[in-house]
Amino acid sequence: MNSAIPLFHFLVVAAALFSLGLAVAVTKRNVIGILIGLELMLNAVNLNLIAFSRHDPVLLRGQLFALFVIVVAAAEVTAALAIVLRVYHHYGSIDPDEVGELAEKGE
Amino acid sequence: MEQAAFYAFAALTLGAGVFILLTRNLMYAAFALFLALLGVAALFVLAGADFLAVAQLMVYVGGILVLLIFGIMLTRIPDPEATSQTPNRVLVTLGRGFWGGAVAMALFLVLFLVIVQANFALVGDTLNSRSTIRTLGVELMTSHLLPFEIAGILLLVALVGAAYLAMNRNPDPTE
Repeated sequence: MNSAIPLFHFLVVAAALFSLGLAVAVTKRNVIGILIGLELMLNAVNLNLIAFSRHDPVLLRGQLFALFVIVVAAAEVTAALAIVLRVYHHYGSIDPDEVGELAEKGE
Repeated sequence: MEQAAFYAFAALTLGAGVFILLTRNLMYAAFALFLALLGVAALFVLAGADFLAVAQLMVYVGGILVLLIFGIMLTRIPDPEATSQTPNRVLVTLGRGFWGGAVAMALFLVLFLVIVQANFALVGDTLNSRSTIRTLGVELMTSHLLPFEIAGILLLVALVGAAYLAMNRNPDPTE
């Protein structure tokens, strides 16, 4: 792999993807929409790790870390969707603004 | 050639991200997430991570995306007027648009400034053209064996926990 593409470009794309994921997670009023935003953010982090890992060809520590991030993301999504299903059965909605039983009264 | 592919896939990824942000249909957002993940996998290939690109496709597209789409379909509010002819519309309300956009733009500007000013001094060789699978396998089985085993146990625990959580423990008495 020649390094025709400078590291800077990878970092900017990853930063933009992370910001987009954050905006999605904040604006979607649906738990699954928030999960989609989280996935975008995790992918942006992986892109950073792999871009830096290009300069560590012997040990590839960045790629190994990205592999574990993928595993943890899979575990996170399975547990989160199970919780979402329970919340939907209990409240009939997965809008995080409507699931507010523990919120302070008087709002 | 490589540069053109990089910019095309970066544009695909970011365009899909913008579409996810703007669309109100959660189903379309999930399909756009597929495009974004595909673009990220291609960027992995361009950064020399061939094994991780395949893992990304298999885990994200084959597993996580299917789970998300099942979650969307299982938790949607049924539309009484929908027939089998109407297209799938799972609408989601968008709130806090101003603050979300403002925070994300501020974060991007801060990250961009940091990246521009960081001026990373990278020493050593860059990755050459050989495959990374051998290195990854050797590293996973030697110096990263403990995290590897813990990741396996984490997956097992997450699957058992998810199955237990999603189980209906309060069956409807009318049934």
